[in-house]
Amino acid sequence: MKYVRSILPPVLVGVLAIALWELIVTAGRIAPFILPAPSAIWAQLVEQRDNVVDAALASGANALVGLIGGTVVAVLAALATSRSKLLSDVAVPYAAVVNALPIIALAPILNNMFDSTSSLPRRVVAGIIAFFPVFINTLRGLREVDPTHRELMASYAAGSWTFARLVRLPGALPYVFTGLRQASSLAVIAAVVAEYFGGLQDGLGARITSAAAFTAYPRAWAFVVGACALGLVFYLTTLLLERLATPWKHL
Amino acid sequence: MTAVSIAGVSKVFNAGRPDEVTALSDVDLTVDSGQFVSLIGPSGCGKSTLLRLVADLIDPTSGTVTVAGKPAAQARRDQEYGIAFQQAGLFEWRTVRRNVELPLELRKLPRAARKEKAEEMLALVGLADFAGHYPAQLSGGMQQRVAIARALAVHPPLLLMDEPFGALDEMTRERLQGELLQICAKTGTSTVFVTHSISEAVFLSDKVVVMSARPGRITATIDIDLPGRDEAARQSPAYFEHVTAVRKALRA
Ligand SMILES: Nc1ncnc2c1ncn2[C@@H]1O[C@H](COP(=O)(O)OP(=O)(O)OP(=O)(O)O)[C@@H](O)[C@H]1O
Ligand SMILES: [Mg+2]
Repeated sequence: MKYVRSILPPVLVGVLAIALWELIVTAGRIAPFILPAPSAIWAQLVEQRDNVVDAALASGANALVGLIGGTVVAVLAALATSRSKLLSDVAVPYAAVVNALPIIALAPILNNMFDSTSSLPRRVVAGIIAFFPVFINTLRGLREVDPTHRELMASYAAGSWTFARLVRLPGALPYVFTGLRQASSLAVIAAVVAEYFGGLQDGLGARITSAAAFTAYPRAWAFVVGACALGLVFYLTTLLLERLATPWKHL
Repeated sequence: MTAVSIAGVSKVFNAGRPDEVTALSDVDLTVDSGQFVSLIGPSGCGKSTLLRLVADLIDPTSGTVTVAGKPAAQARRDQEYGIAFQQAGLFEWRTVRRNVELPLELRKLPRAARKEKAEEMLALVGLADFAGHYPAQLSGGMQQRVAIARALAVHPPLLLMDEPFGALDEMTRERLQGELLQICAKTGTSTVFVTHSISEAVFLSDKVVVMSARPGRITATIDIDLPGRDEAARQSPAYFEHVTAVRKALRA
Protein backbone atom coordinates (compact mmCIF):
# COMPACT_ATOMS: atom_id res chain seq x y z
CA MET A 1 0.00 0.00 0.00
CA LYS A 2 2.82 2.37 0.92
CA TYR A 3 4.63 1.35 -2.27
CA VAL A 4 1.55 1.90 -4.39
CA ARG A 5 1.10 5.35 -2.93
CA SER A 6 4.71 6.36 -3.55
CA ILE A 7 4.90 4.87 -7.05
CA LEU A 8 1.47 5.84 -8.33
CA PRO A 9 1.94 9.64 -8.66
CA PRO A 10 5.15 9.54 -10.76
CA VAL A 11 3.73 6.77 -12.97
CA LEU A 12 0.55 8.77 -13.49
CA VAL A 13 2.51 11.89 -14.39
CA GLY A 14 4.65 9.86 -16.80
CA VAL A 15 1.64 8.38 -18.58
CA LEU A 16 0.01 11.81 -18.84
CA ALA A 17 3.21 13.33 -20.21
CA ILE A 18 3.47 10.66 -22.91
CA ALA A 19 -0.19 11.12 -23.84
CA LEU A 20 0.34 14.87 -24.07
CA TRP A 21 3.47 14.37 -26.20
CA GLU A 22 1.51 12.10 -28.59
CA LEU A 23 -1.27 14.65 -28.81
CA ILE A 24 1.01 17.61 -29.50
CA VAL A 25 3.04 15.77 -32.15
CA THR A 26 0.03 14.45 -34.07
CA ALA A 27 -2.21 17.52 -33.67
CA GLY A 28 0.64 19.97 -34.30
CA ARG A 29 2.03 18.02 -37.28
CA ILE A 30 5.55 18.27 -35.90
CA ALA A 31 8.15 16.82 -38.28
CA PRO A 32 9.58 13.49 -37.05
CA PHE A 33 13.19 14.78 -37.30
CA ILE A 34 12.30 17.34 -34.65
CA LEU A 35 10.29 15.05 -32.42
CA PRO A 36 8.73 11.71 -33.37
CA ALA A 37 5.52 10.60 -31.70
CA PRO A 38 5.77 8.12 -28.82
CA SER A 39 3.70 5.66 -30.86
CA ALA A 40 6.27 5.80 -33.70
CA ILE A 41 9.14 5.30 -31.26
CA TRP A 42 7.28 2.41 -29.66
CA ALA A 43 6.69 0.80 -33.06
CA GLN A 44 10.44 1.01 -33.78
CA LEU A 45 11.26 -0.32 -30.34
CA VAL A 46 9.10 -3.39 -31.00
CA GLU A 47 10.50 -3.87 -34.49
CA GLN A 48 14.13 -3.41 -33.43
CA ARG A 49 13.84 -5.11 -30.05
CA ASP A 50 16.58 -7.69 -30.73
CA ASN A 51 18.97 -4.98 -31.93
CA VAL A 52 18.13 -2.74 -28.99
CA VAL A 53 18.74 -5.55 -26.52
CA ASP A 54 22.02 -6.59 -28.19
CA ALA A 55 23.30 -3.02 -28.31
CA ALA A 56 22.21 -2.41 -24.71
CA LEU A 57 24.00 -5.57 -23.58
CA ALA A 58 27.18 -4.46 -25.36
CA SER A 59 27.04 -0.95 -23.86
CA GLY A 60 25.98 -2.35 -20.50
CA ALA A 61 28.99 -4.67 -20.42
CA ASN A 62 31.30 -1.75 -21.22
CA ALA A 63 29.71 0.43 -18.55
CA LEU A 64 29.80 -2.38 -15.99
CA VAL A 65 33.45 -3.26 -16.56
CA GLY A 66 34.38 0.42 -16.44
CA LEU A 67 32.30 1.02 -13.33
CA ILE A 68 33.70 -1.95 -11.41
CA GLY A 69 37.29 -1.25 -12.49
CA GLY A 70 37.01 2.47 -11.73
CA THR A 71 35.38 1.80 -8.35
CA VAL A 72 37.95 -0.77 -7.22
CA VAL A 73 40.84 1.49 -8.21
CA ALA A 74 39.11 4.50 -6.61
CA VAL A 75 38.56 2.75 -3.25
CA LEU A 76 42.15 1.45 -3.16
CA ALA A 77 43.49 4.87 -4.15
CA ALA A 78 41.35 6.54 -1.47
CA LEU A 79 42.62 4.07 1.14
CA ALA A 80 46.22 4.76 0.18
CA THR A 81 45.70 8.54 -0.02
CA SER A 82 43.90 8.74 3.32
CA ARG A 83 46.93 7.35 5.12
CA SER A 84 48.67 10.69 4.68
CA LYS A 85 46.98 13.90 5.72
CA LEU A 86 49.15 15.99 3.39
CA LEU A 87 48.46 13.73 0.43
CA SER A 88 44.69 13.77 0.95
CA ASP A 89 44.65 17.54 1.50
CA VAL A 90 46.32 17.91 -1.90
CA ALA A 91 44.39 15.13 -3.67
CA VAL A 92 40.87 16.32 -2.83
CA PRO A 93 40.90 19.67 -4.72
CA TYR A 94 42.74 18.14 -7.70
CA ALA A 95 40.28 15.26 -7.92
CA ALA A 96 37.38 17.70 -7.66
CA VAL A 97 38.76 19.78 -10.53
CA VAL A 98 39.48 16.76 -12.75
CA ASN A 99 36.01 15.44 -11.95
CA ALA A 100 34.54 18.65 -13.36
CA LEU A 101 36.43 18.29 -16.66
CA PRO A 102 34.71 16.74 -19.70
CA ILE A 103 36.69 13.50 -19.50
CA ILE A 104 34.54 12.05 -22.29
CA ALA A 105 36.62 14.22 -24.64
CA LEU A 106 39.40 11.69 -24.15
CA ALA A 107 37.38 9.11 -26.07
CA PRO A 108 38.73 9.87 -29.59
CA ILE A 109 42.30 9.85 -28.30
CA LEU A 110 41.80 6.52 -26.57
CA ASN A 111 40.04 5.12 -29.65
CA ASN A 112 43.13 5.88 -31.70
CA MET A 113 45.43 4.38 -29.09
CA PHE A 114 43.81 0.96 -29.42
CA ASP A 115 42.78 -1.11 -32.37
CA SER A 116 39.32 -0.44 -33.73
CA THR A 117 38.03 -3.90 -32.76
CA SER A 118 38.87 -3.36 -29.10
CA SER A 119 36.23 -2.70 -26.45
CA LEU A 120 38.90 -1.30 -24.18
CA PRO A 121 38.73 2.46 -25.05
CA ARG A 122 35.04 2.74 -24.06
CA ARG A 123 35.65 0.77 -20.89
CA VAL A 124 38.64 2.90 -19.97
CA VAL A 125 36.64 6.11 -20.48
CA ALA A 126 33.79 4.74 -18.36
CA GLY A 127 36.33 3.66 -15.73
CA ILE A 128 38.06 7.05 -15.56
CA ILE A 129 34.73 8.84 -15.32
CA ALA A 130 33.50 6.47 -12.59
CA PHE A 131 36.76 6.82 -10.67
CA PHE A 132 36.43 10.42 -9.53
CA PRO A 133 33.08 10.55 -7.74
CA VAL A 134 33.89 7.29 -5.95
CA PHE A 135 37.39 8.45 -5.05
CA ILE A 136 36.30 11.85 -3.73
CA ASN A 137 33.43 10.51 -1.66
CA THR A 138 35.32 7.51 -0.29
CA LEU A 139 38.23 9.68 0.73
CA ARG A 140 35.86 12.02 2.54
CA GLY A 141 34.35 9.05 4.37
CA LEU A 142 37.72 7.56 5.28
CA ARG A 143 38.87 10.85 6.75
CA GLU A 144 35.85 11.24 8.97
CA VAL A 145 36.55 8.95 11.89
CA ASP A 146 34.80 9.51 15.21
CA PRO A 147 37.56 10.39 17.73
CA THR A 148 35.97 8.04 20.30
CA HIS A 149 36.26 5.17 17.78
CA ARG A 150 39.90 6.06 17.28
CA GLU A 151 40.56 5.99 21.02
CA LEU A 152 38.59 2.79 21.50
CA MET A 153 40.61 0.98 18.84
CA ALA A 154 43.80 2.35 20.38
CA SER A 155 42.70 0.92 23.72
CA TYR A 156 42.36 -2.47 21.98
CA ALA A 157 45.91 -1.99 20.63
CA ALA A 158 44.48 -2.58 17.13
CA GLY A 159 46.92 -2.24 14.23
CA SER A 160 46.34 0.06 11.28
CA TRP A 161 44.96 -2.69 9.02
CA THR A 162 42.52 -3.86 11.70
CA PHE A 163 41.52 -0.24 12.19
CA ALA A 164 40.95 0.24 8.48
CA ARG A 165 38.98 -3.00 8.14
CA LEU A 166 36.78 -2.61 11.22
CA VAL A 167 36.33 1.15 11.47
CA ARG A 168 37.38 3.21 8.48
CA LEU A 169 36.02 1.06 5.68
CA PRO A 170 32.59 0.33 7.19
CA GLY A 171 32.35 3.98 8.23
CA ALA A 172 33.15 5.03 4.66
CA LEU A 173 30.72 2.58 3.04
CA PRO A 174 27.77 5.03 2.89
CA TYR A 175 30.11 7.54 1.24
CA VAL A 176 31.31 4.91 -1.26
CA PHE A 177 27.70 4.42 -2.29
CA THR A 178 27.08 8.15 -2.62
CA GLY A 179 29.95 8.15 -5.11
CA LEU A 180 28.77 4.95 -6.75
CA ARG A 181 25.30 6.35 -7.36
CA GLN A 182 26.79 9.22 -9.37
CA ALA A 183 29.34 6.92 -11.00
CA SER A 184 26.78 4.34 -12.17
CA SER A 185 24.85 6.86 -14.27
CA LEU A 186 28.04 8.49 -15.53
CA ALA A 187 29.51 5.13 -16.57
CA VAL A 188 26.48 4.37 -18.75
CA ILE A 189 26.58 7.81 -20.34
CA ALA A 190 30.32 7.40 -20.97
CA ALA A 191 29.95 3.93 -22.50
CA VAL A 192 27.20 5.13 -24.87
CA VAL A 193 28.64 8.51 -25.83
CA ALA A 194 32.21 7.19 -26.33
CA GLU A 195 30.96 5.40 -29.46
CA TYR A 196 30.00 8.73 -31.04
CA PHE A 197 33.73 9.25 -31.49
CA GLY A 198 34.52 6.04 -33.39
CA GLY A 199 36.06 2.83 -32.12
CA LEU A 200 34.19 -0.47 -32.09
CA GLN A 201 30.56 0.17 -33.17
CA ASP A 202 28.41 -2.45 -31.48
CA GLY A 203 26.67 -0.50 -28.72
CA LEU A 204 23.77 1.92 -28.30
CA GLY A 205 25.83 5.00 -29.19
CA ALA A 206 26.76 3.66 -32.61
CA ARG A 207 23.13 2.63 -33.28
CA ILE A 208 21.86 6.08 -32.38
CA THR A 209 24.35 7.87 -34.66
CA SER A 210 23.82 5.53 -37.61
CA ALA A 211 20.00 5.71 -37.36
CA ALA A 212 20.22 9.50 -37.20
CA ALA A 213 22.59 9.54 -40.18
CA PHE A 214 19.96 7.59 -42.15
CA THR A 215 17.31 10.09 -40.97
CA ALA A 216 15.53 7.18 -39.27
CA TYR A 217 14.62 9.37 -36.32
CA PRO A 218 12.05 7.14 -34.60
CA ARG A 219 14.64 4.34 -34.74
CA ALA A 220 17.32 6.60 -33.25
CA TRP A 221 14.86 7.46 -30.49
CA ALA A 222 14.13 3.79 -29.89
CA PHE A 223 17.83 3.29 -29.09
CA VAL A 224 17.80 6.41 -26.92
CA VAL A 225 14.98 4.79 -24.95
CA GLY A 226 17.22 1.71 -24.65
CA ALA A 227 20.00 3.91 -23.26
CA CYS A 228 17.62 5.47 -20.72
CA ALA A 229 16.48 2.03 -19.61
CA LEU A 230 20.09 0.89 -19.26
CA GLY A 231 20.97 3.93 -17.13
CA LEU A 232 17.92 3.28 -14.96
CA VAL A 233 18.87 -0.38 -14.47
CA PHE A 234 22.37 0.66 -13.33
CA TYR A 235 21.04 3.30 -10.98
CA LEU A 236 18.39 1.08 -9.41
CA THR A 237 20.86 -1.79 -9.00
CA THR A 238 23.20 0.57 -7.17
CA LEU A 239 20.36 1.70 -4.92
CA LEU A 240 19.48 -1.92 -4.16
CA LEU A 241 23.10 -2.81 -3.39
CA GLU A 242 23.32 0.24 -1.14
CA ARG A 243 20.30 -0.92 0.84
CA LEU A 244 21.72 -4.40 1.21
CA ALA A 245 25.22 -3.21 2.15
CA THR A 246 24.28 -0.43 4.60
CA PRO A 247 21.20 -1.69 6.45
CA TRP A 248 21.88 0.61 9.42
CA LYS A 249 21.24 3.63 7.20
CA HIS A 250 17.76 2.45 6.27
CA LEU A 251 16.05 1.61 9.53
CA MET B 1 50.19 -5.16 44.12
CA THR B 2 49.16 -1.81 42.69
CA ALA B 3 46.87 -1.68 39.68
CA VAL B 4 47.62 1.94 38.80
CA SER B 5 50.37 4.18 40.03
CA ILE B 6 50.51 7.81 38.92
CA ALA B 7 53.52 9.81 40.08
CA GLY B 8 54.09 13.53 39.61
CA VAL B 9 51.96 13.67 36.46
CA SER B 10 51.19 16.95 34.70
CA LYS B 11 49.44 17.42 31.39
CA VAL B 12 49.60 20.60 29.34
CA PHE B 13 47.59 20.75 26.12
CA ASN B 14 48.77 22.95 23.22
CA ALA B 15 51.95 23.94 25.07
CA GLY B 16 53.44 27.24 23.90
CA ARG B 17 50.33 28.25 21.97
CA PRO B 18 47.85 30.95 22.97
CA ASP B 19 45.29 28.26 23.77
CA GLU B 20 47.60 26.47 26.19
CA VAL B 21 45.69 24.60 28.94
CA THR B 22 47.19 23.01 32.04
CA ALA B 23 44.72 20.18 32.42
CA LEU B 24 46.56 18.40 35.25
CA SER B 25 49.24 19.59 37.58
CA ASP B 26 51.43 17.34 39.74
CA VAL B 27 49.01 14.48 40.28
CA ASP B 28 49.91 11.49 42.45
CA LEU B 29 47.48 8.59 42.77
CA THR B 30 47.65 4.92 43.59
CA VAL B 31 44.94 2.35 42.93
CA ASP B 32 45.53 -0.91 44.72
CA SER B 33 44.66 -4.17 43.10
CA GLY B 34 40.93 -4.85 43.43
CA GLN B 35 40.26 -1.33 44.67
CA PHE B 36 37.38 0.81 43.44
CA VAL B 37 38.45 4.45 43.11
CA SER B 38 36.16 7.30 42.04
CA LEU B 39 37.27 10.63 40.61
CA ILE B 40 34.95 13.52 41.34
CA GLY B 41 35.32 17.22 40.65
CA PRO B 42 33.91 20.17 38.72
CA SER B 43 33.53 20.01 34.95
CA GLY B 44 36.84 20.62 33.19
CA CYS B 45 39.04 19.67 36.15
CA GLY B 46 40.81 16.96 34.16
CA LYS B 47 39.02 13.72 35.14
CA SER B 48 38.74 12.45 31.59
CA THR B 49 42.29 13.56 30.92
CA LEU B 50 43.53 11.54 33.90
CA LEU B 51 41.65 8.48 32.64
CA ARG B 52 43.15 8.91 29.17
CA LEU B 53 46.63 9.09 30.67
CA VAL B 54 46.06 5.79 32.50
CA ALA B 55 44.75 4.31 29.23
CA ASP B 56 47.85 5.59 27.38
CA LEU B 57 45.65 7.40 24.86
CA ILE B 58 47.62 10.59 25.54
CA ASP B 59 51.12 11.07 26.96
CA PRO B 60 51.83 12.96 30.17
CA THR B 61 53.81 16.19 29.84
CA SER B 62 55.78 15.09 32.88
CA GLY B 63 55.65 12.29 35.43
CA THR B 64 55.06 8.58 35.04
CA VAL B 65 51.99 6.36 34.74
CA THR B 66 52.37 2.69 35.68
CA VAL B 67 49.60 0.16 35.08
CA ALA B 68 49.84 -3.42 36.36
CA GLY B 69 53.49 -2.80 37.16
CA LYS B 70 54.35 -1.79 33.59
CA PRO B 71 54.61 1.53 31.75
CA ALA B 72 51.13 2.58 30.55
CA ALA B 73 52.05 2.05 26.89
CA GLN B 74 53.06 -1.55 27.52
CA ALA B 75 49.93 -2.16 29.59
CA ARG B 76 47.79 -0.90 26.72
CA ARG B 77 49.51 -3.21 24.26
CA ASP B 78 48.99 -6.08 26.72
CA GLN B 79 45.27 -5.22 26.97
CA GLU B 80 45.45 -4.76 30.73
CA TYR B 81 42.35 -2.55 30.87
CA GLY B 82 38.87 -2.08 29.47
CA ILE B 83 37.44 1.39 28.98
CA ALA B 84 34.00 2.98 28.68
CA PHE B 85 34.16 6.56 27.44
CA GLN B 86 32.01 9.54 28.32
CA GLN B 87 30.48 9.19 24.81
CA ALA B 88 29.10 5.71 24.14
CA GLY B 89 31.16 5.47 20.94
CA LEU B 90 29.22 2.57 19.44
CA PHE B 91 29.80 1.55 15.85
CA GLU B 92 26.56 2.50 14.08
CA TRP B 93 27.07 -0.16 11.38
CA ARG B 94 27.19 -2.99 13.91
CA THR B 95 24.19 -4.37 15.72
CA VAL B 96 24.14 -4.03 19.50
CA ARG B 97 25.35 -7.61 19.94
CA ARG B 98 28.17 -7.22 17.43
CA ASN B 99 29.26 -4.01 19.17
CA VAL B 100 29.68 -5.92 22.41
CA GLU B 101 31.44 -8.70 20.51
CA LEU B 102 34.05 -6.40 19.00
CA PRO B 103 36.70 -6.62 21.77
CA LEU B 104 36.15 -10.40 21.90
CA GLU B 105 36.59 -10.58 18.14
CA LEU B 106 39.92 -8.79 18.45
CA ARG B 107 40.95 -11.34 21.05
CA LYS B 108 40.14 -14.08 18.56
CA LEU B 109 37.40 -15.70 20.60
CA PRO B 110 35.43 -18.28 18.56
CA ARG B 111 32.13 -17.06 17.16
CA ALA B 112 29.85 -19.11 19.42
CA ALA B 113 31.70 -18.09 22.59
CA ARG B 114 31.55 -14.44 21.50
CA LYS B 115 27.83 -14.58 20.94
CA GLU B 116 27.20 -16.26 24.28
CA LYS B 117 29.37 -13.78 26.18
CA ALA B 118 27.78 -10.78 24.44
CA GLU B 119 24.30 -12.00 25.19
CA GLU B 120 25.21 -12.56 28.83
CA MET B 121 26.58 -9.01 29.13
CA LEU B 122 23.53 -7.55 27.39
CA ALA B 123 21.22 -9.38 29.77
CA LEU B 124 23.25 -7.93 32.63
CA VAL B 125 22.63 -4.35 31.47
CA GLY B 126 18.99 -5.17 30.72
CA LEU B 127 19.20 -5.03 26.92
CA ALA B 128 18.79 -8.71 26.04
CA ASP B 129 15.86 -7.86 23.78
CA PHE B 130 17.83 -5.31 21.79
CA ALA B 131 20.73 -7.51 20.65
CA GLY B 132 19.66 -7.30 17.01
CA HIS B 133 18.99 -3.55 16.96
CA TYR B 134 21.31 -0.92 15.56
CA PRO B 135 22.64 1.81 17.91
CA ALA B 136 20.59 4.46 16.10
CA GLN B 137 17.47 2.66 17.32
CA LEU B 138 18.44 3.05 21.00
CA SER B 139 18.10 5.94 23.42
CA GLY B 140 21.21 7.67 24.78
CA GLY B 141 21.04 5.79 28.07
CA MET B 142 20.61 2.46 26.30
CA GLN B 143 23.64 3.19 24.11
CA GLN B 144 25.62 3.99 27.24
CA ARG B 145 24.62 0.62 28.70
CA VAL B 146 25.80 -1.16 25.55
CA ALA B 147 29.15 0.60 25.94
CA ILE B 148 29.32 -0.65 29.54
CA ALA B 149 28.52 -4.19 28.40
CA ARG B 150 31.28 -3.90 25.79
CA ALA B 151 33.82 -2.77 28.39
CA LEU B 152 32.85 -5.55 30.80
CA ALA B 153 32.72 -8.32 28.19
CA VAL B 154 36.46 -9.07 28.26
CA HIS B 155 36.72 -9.07 32.08
CA PRO B 156 39.71 -6.76 32.09
CA PRO B 157 41.86 -6.67 35.25
CA LEU B 158 41.43 -2.89 35.26
CA LEU B 159 38.23 -1.07 34.37
CA LEU B 160 38.28 2.62 33.39
CA MET B 161 34.84 4.22 33.28
CA ASP B 162 34.07 7.84 32.43
CA GLU B 163 30.64 8.84 33.77
CA PRO B 164 29.13 5.57 32.55
CA PHE B 165 25.82 6.06 34.33
CA GLY B 166 25.48 9.77 33.52
CA ALA B 167 22.58 9.32 31.08
CA LEU B 168 20.59 6.80 33.15
CA ASP B 169 17.50 7.16 35.29
CA GLU B 170 17.86 6.71 39.05
CA MET B 171 16.44 3.17 39.17
CA THR B 172 18.56 1.78 36.34
CA ARG B 173 21.56 3.58 37.72
CA GLU B 174 21.19 1.98 41.15
CA ARG B 175 20.65 -1.46 39.66
CA LEU B 176 23.75 -1.15 37.48
CA GLN B 177 25.78 0.15 40.43
CA GLY B 178 24.93 -3.07 42.24
CA GLU B 179 25.78 -5.21 39.20
CA LEU B 180 29.07 -3.41 38.70
CA LEU B 181 30.10 -3.91 42.33
CA GLN B 182 29.25 -7.59 42.11
CA ILE B 183 31.29 -8.10 38.96
CA CYS B 184 34.25 -6.21 40.37
CA ALA B 185 34.13 -8.17 43.62
CA LYS B 186 33.71 -11.52 41.87
CA THR B 187 36.53 -11.01 39.36
CA GLY B 188 38.81 -8.90 41.56
CA THR B 189 38.70 -6.08 39.03
CA SER B 190 40.32 -2.76 39.92
CA THR B 191 38.26 0.23 38.83
CA VAL B 192 38.80 3.91 38.17
CA PHE B 193 35.38 5.52 37.92
CA VAL B 194 34.60 9.11 36.98
CA THR B 195 31.34 10.55 38.26
CA HIS B 196 29.61 13.83 39.07
CA SER B 197 27.43 12.23 41.71
CA ILE B 198 28.67 12.37 45.29
CA SER B 199 26.32 9.64 46.46
CA GLU B 200 27.32 7.35 43.62
CA ALA B 201 31.01 7.88 44.37
CA VAL B 202 30.52 7.13 48.06
CA PHE B 203 28.35 4.06 47.49
CA LEU B 204 30.69 2.46 44.96
CA SER B 205 34.16 3.35 46.14
CA ASP B 206 36.88 2.26 48.47
CA LYS B 207 38.43 5.65 47.87
CA VAL B 208 37.03 8.92 46.52
CA VAL B 209 39.50 11.29 44.90
CA VAL B 210 38.35 14.91 44.89
CA MET B 211 39.78 17.19 42.21
CA SER B 212 39.69 20.93 41.59
CA ALA B 213 39.99 22.88 38.35
CA ARG B 214 42.51 25.28 36.84
CA PRO B 215 44.93 23.70 37.16
CA GLY B 216 43.49 20.23 37.70
CA ARG B 217 44.79 18.91 40.99
CA ILE B 218 43.85 16.33 43.58
CA THR B 219 42.66 18.28 46.62
CA ALA B 220 41.51 15.44 48.86
CA THR B 221 41.48 11.68 49.04
CA ILE B 222 38.73 10.21 51.18
CA ASP B 223 38.78 6.56 52.20
CA ILE B 224 35.31 5.10 52.31
CA ASP B 225 34.45 2.43 54.81
CA LEU B 226 30.88 1.23 54.62
CA PRO B 227 29.43 -1.75 56.49
CA GLY B 228 28.22 -3.29 53.23
CA ARG B 229 27.16 -2.37 49.70
CA ASP B 230 23.47 -3.10 49.77
CA GLU B 231 20.31 -1.03 50.13
CA ALA B 232 20.86 -0.84 53.89
CA ALA B 233 24.27 0.76 53.30
CA ARG B 234 22.59 3.62 51.42
CA GLN B 235 20.68 4.43 54.61
CA SER B 236 23.53 3.95 57.09
CA PRO B 237 24.96 6.83 59.15
CA ALA B 238 28.47 6.00 57.86
CA TYR B 239 27.22 6.57 54.31
CA PHE B 240 25.83 10.02 55.12
CA GLU B 241 29.01 10.98 56.98
CA HIS B 242 31.10 10.13 53.92
CA VAL B 243 28.71 12.01 51.63
CA THR B 244 29.11 15.07 53.84
CA ALA B 245 32.88 14.68 53.90
CA VAL B 246 33.09 14.52 50.10
CA ARG B 247 30.75 17.49 49.72
CA LYS B 248 32.92 19.54 52.09
CA ALA B 249 36.05 18.57 50.20
CA LEU B 250 34.42 19.62 46.92
CA ARG B 251 33.45 23.03 48.37
CA ALA B 252 36.89 23.71 49.81
N1 LIG C 1 42.51 17.21 23.40
C1 LIG C 1 42.50 18.36 24.12
N2 LIG C 1 43.07 19.46 23.61
C2 LIG C 1 43.07 20.62 24.32
N3 LIG C 1 42.56 20.76 25.53
C3 LIG C 1 41.97 19.70 26.09
C4 LIG C 1 41.90 18.44 25.41
N4 LIG C 1 41.27 17.56 26.21
C5 LIG C 1 40.95 18.23 27.33
N5 LIG C 1 41.37 19.52 27.27
C6 LIG C 1 41.21 20.54 28.34
O1 LIG C 1 41.63 19.96 29.55
C7 LIG C 1 40.77 20.34 30.61
C8 LIG C 1 40.26 19.10 31.29
O2 LIG C 1 39.39 18.41 30.42
P1 LIG C 1 38.71 17.03 30.81
O3 LIG C 1 37.97 16.53 29.62
O4 LIG C 1 39.72 16.13 31.39
O5 LIG C 1 37.68 17.50 31.93
P2 LIG C 1 36.66 16.64 32.79
O6 LIG C 1 37.07 16.78 34.21
O7 LIG C 1 36.54 15.28 32.24
O8 LIG C 1 35.32 17.44 32.57
P3 LIG C 1 33.81 16.91 32.46
O9 LIG C 1 33.36 16.60 33.84
O10 LIG C 1 33.06 18.07 31.90
O11 LIG C 1 33.82 15.72 31.56
C9 LIG C 1 39.68 21.20 29.98
O12 LIG C 1 40.00 22.56 30.26
C10 LIG C 1 39.77 20.93 28.51
O13 LIG C 1 39.48 22.09 27.79
MG1 LIG D 1 35.12 14.24 31.21
